[in-house]
Amino acid sequence: MSDPIGTMPTVRTTCPYCGVGCGILATPDGAGGATVAGDPGHPSNVGRLCSKGAALGETLGLATRLLHPVVDGARTSWSTALDAVATRLTDVIARHGRESVAFYLSGQLLTEDYYVANKLAKGFIGTPHVDTNSRLCMASSVAGHRRSFGADVVPGSYEDLEQADLVVLVGSNAAWCHPVLFQRIAAARRSRGTRVIAIDPRRTATAEEADAHLAVAPGQDTVLFAHLLTQIADSAVLDRAFVAAHTTGFDETLARAREIAPSLAATAARTGLAESEVRDFVRAWCATERVVTVWSQGVNQSAQGTDKVTSIVACHLATGRIGRPGMGPLSFTGQPNAMGGREVGGLANMLAAHMGFSAVEVDRVRRFWTAPAMVTGEGLKAVDLFDAVADGRIRALWVMGTNPAVSLPRADAVRDALGRLDLLVVSDNVASNDTLSAGIGAAGIHIRLPAAAWGEKDGTVTNSERRISRQRPFLRLAGEAKPDWWILSRVAERLGHGVAFAWTSPAAIFREHAALSGFENDGARAFDISGLDDLDDAGYDALAPVQWPVRRGTRDGTARLFGDGGFVTADRRARFVPAAAPGLASAASPRFPLRLNTGRVRDQWHTMTRTGLSPRLGAHRPEPFVEVHPDDIARCGLRDGGFARAETAHGSAVLRVVATEIVRPGEIFAPIHWTAETSSYGRVGPLVQGATDPHSGQPEAKATPATLVPVPMRLAGFALSTAPLALPVGLWWARIAVAGGFAWTLAGDGPLAALVAAATALFPGCDRAELRDPARDVFRLAAFDDGRLAGALFVGPAAQVPRWETLAPLLGGPVASAARLSLLSGRAPDGSADCGPVVCACHSVGREAILAAIAAGADDASAIGAAVKAGTNCGSCIPELKRLLAEVPRVAA
Amino acid sequence: MRERLVVVGNGMVGLRFVEEVTRRAADRFDVTVIGAEPTPAYNRVLLSAVLAGEVSEEECRFRDRRWYLANRVRLITGARATGIDTTEREVRIGGHGVVPFDRLVLATGSDPIRLPVPGMGLPGVITFRDLADLGLMREAAARKAPAVVIGGGLLGLEAAYGLARAGVPVTLVHLAERVMERQLDDGAARIVEAAMREKGIEIVLAAQTAAVEGGERVEAVRLAGGRTIPAALVVVAVGVRPATELAATAGLAVERGIVVDDALATSVPGIHAIGECISHRGTVYGLVEPGYAQAAVLARRLAGEDARYEGTLLSTRLKVSGVPVFSAGDVMPPAGAEVITLSDSCTGRYARLVVNDERLVGAILVGETRHAGFYLDLIASGAEVNAMRDDLVFGPPVAVASPVPAVAAAA
Repeated sequence: MSDPIGTMPTVRTTCPYCGVGCGILATPDGAGGATVAGDPGHPSNVGRLCSKGAALGETLGLATRLLHPVVDGARTSWSTALDAVATRLTDVIARHGRESVAFYLSGQLLTEDYYVANKLAKGFIGTPHVDTNSRLCMASSVAGHRRSFGADVVPGSYEDLEQADLVVLVGSNAAWCHPVLFQRIAAARRSRGTRVIAIDPRRTATAEEADAHLAVAPGQDTVLFAHLLTQIADSAVLDRAFVAAHTTGFDETLARAREIAPSLAATAARTGLAESEVRDFVRAWCATERVVTVWSQGVNQSAQGTDKVTSIVACHLATGRIGRPGMGPLSFTGQPNAMGGREVGGLANMLAAHMGFSAVEVDRVRRFWTAPAMVTGEGLKAVDLFDAVADGRIRALWVMGTNPAVSLPRADAVRDALGRLDLLVVSDNVASNDTLSAGIGAAGIHIRLPAAAWGEKDGTVTNSERRISRQRPFLRLAGEAKPDWWILSRVAERLGHGVAFAWTSPAAIFREHAALSGFENDGARAFDISGLDDLDDAGYDALAPVQWPVRRGTRDGTARLFGDGGFVTADRRARFVPAAAPGLASAASPRFPLRLNTGRVRDQWHTMTRTGLSPRLGAHRPEPFVEVHPDDIARCGLRDGGFARAETAHGSAVLRVVATEIVRPGEIFAPIHWTAETSSYGRVGPLVQGATDPHSGQPEAKATPATLVPVPMRLAGFALSTAPLALPVGLWWARIAVAGGFAWTLAGDGPLAALVAAATALFPGCDRAELRDPARDVFRLAAFDDGRLAGALFVGPAAQVPRWETLAPLLGGPVASAARLSLLSGRAPDGSADCGPVVCACHSVGREAILAAIAAGADDASAIGAAVKAGTNCGSCIPELKRLLAEVPRVAA
Repeated sequence: MRERLVVVGNGMVGLRFVEEVTRRAADRFDVTVIGAEPTPAYNRVLLSAVLAGEVSEEECRFRDRRWYLANRVRLITGARATGIDTTEREVRIGGHGVVPFDRLVLATGSDPIRLPVPGMGLPGVITFRDLADLGLMREAAARKAPAVVIGGGLLGLEAAYGLARAGVPVTLVHLAERVMERQLDDGAARIVEAAMREKGIEIVLAAQTAAVEGGERVEAVRLAGGRTIPAALVVVAVGVRPATELAATAGLAVERGIVVDDALATSVPGIHAIGECISHRGTVYGLVEPGYAQAAVLARRLAGEDARYEGTLLSTRLKVSGVPVFSAGDVMPPAGAEVITLSDSCTGRYARLVVNDERLVGAILVGETRHAGFYLDLIASGAEVNAMRDDLVFGPPVAVASPVPAVAAAA
């Protein structure tokens, strides 16, 4: 645990997960931990938190933290490490040129950190190759916004969700991925009867909750919105005045829309929807002035993501339903500071403060920075950037706060490429991840820098509604960790740029960033927070959440833009942009007849470096899986609950098979979260193709041609341990956190004897209790350290393995010697059965408890909540509660 | 008129028979017991515990002479039966006379085996069979002189443990690769060996005794490999053989033991045999429990009931260094049998079950023998164990309460 900063009062900060940007009240416990609650005073969440945010207090331990600099495998001092970074960068530049250096950043970084990285790269090292994991997340929205509005601007606010009469969610499983906003929508449904329509190939929890679900065929969203545009054009809802006064390109775009969606029948055929579904959707959309169209990764992660965004935006422009209360297009951002990163130029195709690479803009930024090595054009976007790492154009890479060896498309190739670098610098707060492991190449040249983590970081973030909030520290920096801006600035100093990087606080960086946003900005740049460039340190510390722009002379933000036009193109008009013919980047084939969709699960975040530390969050979906339609289960010879190898042209993974009609026939879904740290064969990134959108460079992560092959697994089991375990190679495993340690689910098909032999190396120095029943393929081991349960390994035939939930509560605790052997029976010492898989992560309520509540008469989700608390916090489990209600026959009242 | 019932042998089985028969048919018989030892019967099984000082000699005696008197049992001690005249129906006691009988029960037990190696006759070389042996061992213990126990079976372990507890430096030498190799598998034997070593006993396995060396008294035991272990006392516990000489001389059918049928009748009418001296259905039992069962059956028969003895499932229970050990049935798995083991390196608990053809055929328990009876019943009954097969090793099936979530209870 980190040292507390004395006795601290409750600190207002923001959540480090998704782009909702919830305010949090963190109260340090004085022992390195903290209790976390939603901040009722933050306008984005008004006190709400989702399961992930609510569990943040469980993720503050230091067990997985990188706590000191490491150079070439050896611990060293900061000054030695920083010298090494500077010397080696200088050397790479001398041998291969400035553009052989690249930075790969993260939507987890604070705006100030991002600003410094961008300034160092683009103005002082002189490389344009600065990209970020936001490329995987928001790039298509950025490109769509820029193309339509002239800048990367979200026109509306979250409160529009509450003022709308219709909310359309496109490619957004907000119920799981942005639960707090989904709860705000749910509140609007209750208070004003807002209708919700979900458009998604999958019947997600969001779709299940919606009034209507349109299971659109992958890649065909544009057809639906093109059809909508034609129907708008042919009806009274077309706002001719707005179109005439504030837009260009309507006619060509409408003409293209008519080609794409020539009729209702053609639209239905192309989208795979019933004509009635399409007609009802169009009617609802046209008939409802207060309509918000929300989209997320289902739209963005596409080779035509930019077209999808602009075709959605087009319908709002055509009806003038933009920038006014209760209406407009609204992109839900994936990461906490994706937008902040975009504001400072953290993408390869943006320079800084929403400026591009025109000669005027380049010169303006050069003068502002007094930059000696100003770049003049765009750099490589993420997928291309790692191709350049692979082919040797990039020789030095600095990765900050992200895990590209897991999250990028063709992730195995990325992992291999990282090993070929002359210099890999990783600033992160974890001591071990796939990217760190990948970097240990043949040369072993590798620098790890311990960065500040959430709770220690100090700066600002910008959420999906342009709201800048302070992320404030409430814990002392752990070990020798330093803020990213400090690390970058000290390297800059060693590279000879001390004057330009002489800040002593994030406040000073923020002021410079704010000043740049207003520098020579006559209103042509929407991103303008020059009203904040004179904040003193105390003012910065106290900064209340505010939506940009905040123009000079005011401290007030702006809830909505473009309601009266005033777009930020050169002619102040929005653009209608004709879309390309809708389709997917790669066609299915006999070899790869299925389409692999990827996404998130409810209780995990990204590569689980933080959520993976929370026992509550691990229990909901404890292992990597693939959802398969029952038709395909039969077709592929799979078994529900069995295993399949998912293969694409790029890689493979072995995943638990879940038979479900959530997915359409021919489509499969696998979550992105598992890494080599948390699973042996569950990395899904390697399967994803590298095809990208031509405008945004965002990869099409949701439609890779794939196939499923049954993988027989005779054996199944679990392991528990208070410490990390090196499980035998060849075993299928997936790891989650449990109280006091870790739990692994296991599967295997090899001989039991080999596993038993390998298990002798586990738990060194511990006493062991063992059950061996080879005739039944049973092997169970419990390890004790000084009378405490240090771990366990249970293996048995796949059909009948005990669940770890029974033993997990005992982990790390004393076990009476009389109970040691009976523990191997898989029963708790008191003989009680386990409470089943966790359904409600917030209150840790298991399935059995909920079934019991239903059996006892709870007849709806709120009655379950009253009985056992499930679903009463973030509500993201309510769809599952409803499913359980439907499954269980009720006691007659 | 009462029948004259003569019992040859005043060991544990002989006494149990007398107790049973006097209880069930006191009026039918005049009972005479002929015992070779000078004392009434005592619990031989407890000898090592007496040596270890855990129980007193008094506590291991069963019945004093008053009991025999009260039950009108004539007890002749210190008298070895030397012959049986099956025609005249009398038992000879050396030169002292004869005891006539209408019915005769032989409970002559067994004699310890001595090794065919030089030096076995030296003073200080003893077996561990009776109170006299115990006296010699106590003497050695008082001197704290080193002792060697030859034989790692039940008796050898007990002797070694008793000596060690009495403060004697003990070395146990055993021919096989593990102790109690017929009753224990490797896993169980290692735990027992560890428990013995914990008490300071050195255990030498796979060791063949070549000779016992010494001048006037025993001085050392020499092993086949050449190693010589100094010893002021050598306890030979390499096994027993049924005492059949009396029966054989009298012309009774004898194989390894005195042949009896399920009625415990020998080949000569009116003459019965029970205990370690018999061969029943080809089996010779070297333990007390079958003898007790036989004693009960025979007593019931003599009381007029139609009881039959159909054999006893072999089981062993002992306590080594405070570690209870139980073994029953076929513990070495026949081909195709399934072996289930449960072990705990910290507490020294161990269980091994052998399941063959869906039935429990053998069991070993070390450290915790609470469920020995459960397993013994299963082995004896030959019941199918399929329904509880997977949890069998954890003991009798427990009634698992139906899951009652805590929250429901609170509601």
